[in-house]
Amino acid sequence: MTDTVGIVIVSHSKDIAKGTADMVRQMVGSEVKVAFCGGNPDGGLGTNVPLIIEAINKVWSPKGVAILVDLGGAETNSEMAVEMLQPDRRDRVVVCNAPIVEGAVMAATEAAGGSSLEQVRAVAEELSAA
Amino acid sequence: MTLESPNGQVITGSVRLVHAAGMHARPAVKLTKLAKRFQAQISIRASNAAEWINAKSVAKVMALRAARDSIIEIKASGEDAEGAVAALVDLVAADFPDNAS
Repeated sequence: MTDTVGIVIVSHSKDIAKGTADMVRQMVGSEVKVAFCGGNPDGGLGTNVPLIIEAINKVWSPKGVAILVDLGGAETNSEMAVEMLQPDRRDRVVVCNAPIVEGAVMAATEAAGGSSLEQVRAVAEELSAA
Repeated sequence: MTLESPNGQVITGSVRLVHAAGMHARPAVKLTKLAKRFQAQISIRASNAAEWINAKSVAKVMALRAARDSIIEIKASGEDAEGAVAALVDLVAADFPDNAS
Protein backbone atom coordinates (compact mmCIF):
# COMPACT_ATOMS: atom_id res chain seq x y z
CA MET A 1 0.00 0.00 0.00
CA THR A 2 1.29 3.43 -0.88
CA ASP A 3 1.24 6.31 1.56
CA THR A 4 -2.10 7.82 2.43
CA VAL A 5 -2.96 11.26 3.72
CA GLY A 6 -3.16 11.27 7.53
CA ILE A 7 -6.26 12.54 9.35
CA VAL A 8 -6.28 14.60 12.56
CA ILE A 9 -9.48 15.31 14.47
CA VAL A 10 -9.54 18.34 16.78
CA SER A 11 -12.59 18.90 18.98
CA HIS A 12 -13.19 20.89 22.14
CA SER A 13 -14.34 17.62 23.66
CA LYS A 14 -12.04 14.64 23.96
CA ASP A 15 -15.06 12.34 23.80
CA ILE A 16 -16.19 13.80 20.49
CA ALA A 17 -12.68 13.62 19.08
CA LYS A 18 -12.27 10.02 20.16
CA GLY A 19 -15.75 9.03 18.97
CA THR A 20 -15.11 10.57 15.57
CA ALA A 21 -11.80 8.72 15.29
CA ASP A 22 -13.56 5.47 16.23
CA MET A 23 -16.13 6.02 13.50
CA VAL A 24 -13.41 6.57 10.94
CA ARG A 25 -11.55 3.42 11.96
CA GLN A 26 -14.66 1.29 11.95
CA MET A 27 -16.21 2.64 8.78
CA VAL A 28 -13.17 3.20 6.64
CA GLY A 29 -10.62 0.81 8.09
CA SER A 30 -7.14 0.90 9.45
CA GLU A 31 -5.18 1.77 6.30
CA VAL A 32 -5.61 5.48 7.01
CA LYS A 33 -3.79 6.86 10.02
CA VAL A 34 -6.05 8.84 12.35
CA ALA A 35 -5.09 10.85 15.41
CA PHE A 36 -7.34 12.92 17.62
CA CYS A 37 -7.10 15.43 20.42
CA GLY A 38 -9.62 17.35 22.44
CA GLY A 39 -10.03 19.10 25.75
CA ASN A 40 -7.58 21.22 27.68
CA PRO A 41 -4.84 19.78 29.92
CA ASP A 42 -7.08 20.18 32.99
CA GLY A 43 -9.64 17.82 31.54
CA GLY A 44 -12.13 20.54 30.61
CA LEU A 45 -13.39 21.60 27.20
CA GLY A 46 -10.93 23.28 24.90
CA THR A 47 -8.20 22.73 22.38
CA ASN A 48 -4.50 22.83 22.91
CA VAL A 49 -1.79 23.71 20.40
CA PRO A 50 0.93 21.31 21.62
CA LEU A 51 -1.54 18.40 21.55
CA ILE A 52 -2.55 19.28 18.00
CA ILE A 53 1.09 19.39 16.92
CA GLU A 54 1.65 16.01 18.54
CA ALA A 55 -1.37 14.56 16.71
CA ILE A 56 -0.17 15.91 13.35
CA ASN A 57 3.28 14.43 13.82
CA LYS A 58 1.80 11.12 14.94
CA VAL A 59 -0.01 10.56 11.62
CA TRP A 60 2.56 12.31 9.47
CA SER A 61 2.74 11.09 5.88
CA PRO A 62 4.70 12.45 2.92
CA LYS A 63 1.30 12.93 1.30
CA GLY A 64 0.30 15.34 4.04
CA VAL A 65 -2.26 15.61 6.80
CA ALA A 66 -5.87 16.84 6.74
CA ILE A 67 -7.29 18.32 9.96
CA LEU A 68 -10.99 18.29 10.81
CA VAL A 69 -12.14 20.70 13.51
CA ASP A 70 -15.30 21.65 15.34
CA LEU A 71 -15.83 25.21 16.57
CA GLY A 72 -13.87 28.47 16.64
CA GLY A 73 -10.81 27.81 18.78
CA ALA A 74 -10.29 24.38 17.28
CA GLU A 75 -9.74 26.05 13.95
CA THR A 76 -7.53 28.91 15.13
CA ASN A 77 -5.45 26.63 17.36
CA SER A 78 -5.08 24.15 14.51
CA GLU A 79 -3.85 26.93 12.25
CA MET A 80 -1.42 27.98 14.96
CA ALA A 81 -0.22 24.39 15.30
CA VAL A 82 0.41 24.22 11.55
CA GLU A 83 2.45 27.44 11.76
CA MET A 84 4.60 25.91 14.47
CA LEU A 85 5.43 22.73 12.58
CA GLN A 86 8.88 22.26 11.15
CA PRO A 87 9.05 24.29 7.92
CA ASP A 88 9.07 21.39 5.47
CA ARG A 89 5.83 20.04 6.94
CA ARG A 90 3.78 23.24 7.10
CA ASP A 91 2.83 23.23 3.45
CA ARG A 92 1.57 19.67 3.60
CA VAL A 93 -1.10 20.21 6.26
CA VAL A 94 -4.57 21.69 5.68
CA VAL A 95 -7.47 22.54 7.95
CA CYS A 96 -10.66 21.45 6.17
CA ASN A 97 -13.76 23.59 6.13
CA ALA A 98 -16.14 20.70 6.80
CA PRO A 99 -18.36 19.25 9.52
CA ILE A 100 -16.11 17.29 11.85
CA VAL A 101 -17.73 13.84 11.81
CA GLU A 102 -18.95 13.68 8.23
CA GLY A 103 -15.83 15.42 6.97
CA ALA A 104 -13.55 12.98 8.79
CA VAL A 105 -15.31 9.92 7.38
CA MET A 106 -15.35 11.29 3.85
CA ALA A 107 -11.78 12.58 3.98
CA ALA A 108 -10.58 9.21 5.25
CA THR A 109 -12.53 7.36 2.57
CA GLU A 110 -10.87 9.49 -0.08
CA ALA A 111 -7.46 9.13 1.58
CA ALA A 112 -7.79 5.33 1.68
CA GLY A 113 -7.67 5.22 -2.11
CA GLY A 114 -4.30 6.97 -2.11
CA SER A 115 -5.63 10.39 -3.15
CA SER A 116 -3.62 13.58 -2.82
CA LEU A 117 -4.09 16.05 0.03
CA GLU A 118 -5.89 18.44 -2.34
CA GLN A 119 -8.35 15.72 -3.37
CA VAL A 120 -8.96 14.68 0.22
CA ARG A 121 -9.67 18.27 1.22
CA ALA A 122 -11.98 18.79 -1.75
CA VAL A 123 -14.05 15.73 -0.86
CA ALA A 124 -14.38 16.79 2.79
CA GLU A 125 -15.36 20.31 1.74
CA GLU A 126 -17.89 19.07 -0.81
CA LEU A 127 -20.25 18.79 2.16
CA SER A 128 -20.19 22.48 2.94
CA ALA A 129 -20.38 23.55 -0.68
CA ALA A 130 -23.90 22.17 -1.12
CA MET B 1 -20.45 13.33 -17.43
CA THR B 2 -19.85 11.19 -20.45
CA LEU B 3 -19.04 7.58 -19.94
CA GLU B 4 -18.01 6.56 -23.41
CA SER B 5 -14.64 4.85 -23.36
CA PRO B 6 -12.38 5.30 -26.39
CA ASN B 7 -13.88 2.24 -28.03
CA GLY B 8 -17.34 3.28 -26.91
CA GLN B 9 -17.86 0.27 -24.74
CA VAL B 10 -19.90 0.70 -21.59
CA ILE B 11 -20.23 -2.23 -19.22
CA THR B 12 -23.41 -2.35 -17.18
CA GLY B 13 -24.74 -4.43 -14.33
CA SER B 14 -27.52 -4.34 -11.80
CA VAL B 15 -28.06 -5.84 -8.39
CA ARG B 16 -30.69 -5.80 -5.67
CA LEU B 17 -29.76 -3.99 -2.48
CA VAL B 18 -30.36 -6.54 0.28
CA HIS B 19 -28.88 -4.52 3.11
CA ALA B 20 -31.44 -4.15 5.88
CA ALA B 21 -30.88 -0.44 6.30
CA GLY B 22 -30.46 0.39 2.62
CA MET B 23 -27.51 2.38 1.32
CA HIS B 24 -26.46 4.12 4.52
CA ALA B 25 -23.06 5.35 5.57
CA ARG B 26 -21.05 2.19 6.04
CA PRO B 27 -22.07 0.47 2.79
CA ALA B 28 -21.47 3.75 0.96
CA VAL B 29 -17.92 3.92 2.26
CA LYS B 30 -17.27 0.31 1.21
CA LEU B 31 -18.71 0.82 -2.25
CA THR B 32 -16.69 3.98 -2.81
CA LYS B 33 -13.46 2.42 -1.61
CA LEU B 34 -13.91 -0.55 -3.92
CA ALA B 35 -14.80 1.67 -6.88
CA LYS B 36 -11.64 3.67 -6.36
CA ARG B 37 -9.48 0.61 -6.90
CA PHE B 38 -10.42 0.66 -10.57
CA GLN B 39 -9.25 3.02 -13.26
CA ALA B 40 -12.60 2.89 -15.04
CA GLN B 41 -15.15 5.66 -14.81
CA ILE B 42 -17.96 4.16 -12.77
CA SER B 43 -21.47 5.49 -12.22
CA ILE B 44 -24.36 4.13 -10.23
CA ARG B 45 -28.00 4.94 -9.77
CA ALA B 46 -30.82 3.50 -7.72
CA SER B 47 -34.18 2.33 -9.01
CA ASN B 48 -34.13 4.10 -12.34
CA ALA B 49 -33.35 7.51 -10.93
CA ALA B 50 -32.81 10.05 -13.68
CA GLU B 51 -29.32 10.89 -12.57
CA TRP B 52 -26.24 8.72 -12.56
CA ILE B 53 -23.75 9.55 -9.86
CA ASN B 54 -20.01 9.01 -9.62
CA ALA B 55 -19.42 5.79 -7.67
CA LYS B 56 -16.08 7.14 -6.46
CA SER B 57 -17.66 10.10 -4.65
CA VAL B 58 -18.52 9.00 -1.12
CA ALA B 59 -20.65 12.09 -0.49
CA LYS B 60 -22.79 11.36 -3.54
CA VAL B 61 -23.09 7.64 -2.85
CA MET B 62 -24.24 8.35 0.72
CA ALA B 63 -26.73 10.85 -0.60
CA LEU B 64 -28.32 8.16 -2.78
CA ARG B 65 -30.40 7.05 0.21
CA ALA B 66 -31.37 3.92 -1.67
CA ALA B 67 -33.82 1.82 0.29
CA ARG B 68 -33.66 -1.90 0.88
CA ASP B 69 -34.71 -3.93 -2.17
CA SER B 70 -34.01 -1.13 -4.59
CA ILE B 71 -32.11 -2.09 -7.70
CA ILE B 72 -28.68 -0.55 -7.99
CA GLU B 73 -27.52 -0.11 -11.55
CA ILE B 74 -23.85 0.19 -12.28
CA LYS B 75 -22.15 1.27 -15.47
CA ALA B 76 -18.50 1.64 -16.19
CA SER B 77 -16.18 2.41 -19.06
CA GLY B 78 -12.45 2.09 -19.39
CA GLU B 79 -9.87 -0.63 -19.37
CA ASP B 80 -10.95 -2.47 -16.23
CA ALA B 81 -14.66 -1.64 -16.52
CA GLU B 82 -15.69 -5.26 -16.64
CA GLY B 83 -13.85 -6.15 -13.45
CA ALA B 84 -15.19 -3.04 -11.75
CA VAL B 85 -18.83 -3.83 -12.49
CA ALA B 86 -18.38 -7.46 -11.44
CA ALA B 87 -16.69 -6.50 -8.17
CA LEU B 88 -19.31 -3.90 -7.27
CA VAL B 89 -22.20 -6.24 -8.09
CA ASP B 90 -20.57 -8.87 -5.86
CA LEU B 91 -20.13 -6.39 -3.03
CA VAL B 92 -23.76 -5.33 -3.04
CA ALA B 93 -25.09 -8.87 -3.59
CA ALA B 94 -22.98 -10.17 -0.70
CA ASP B 95 -24.40 -7.41 1.52
CA PHE B 96 -21.16 -5.49 1.98
CA PRO B 97 -19.09 -8.07 3.88
CA ASP B 98 -16.39 -6.69 6.16
CA ASN B 99 -13.53 -8.44 4.41
CA ALA B 100 -14.37 -6.70 1.14
CA SER B 101 -12.80 -3.43 2.10
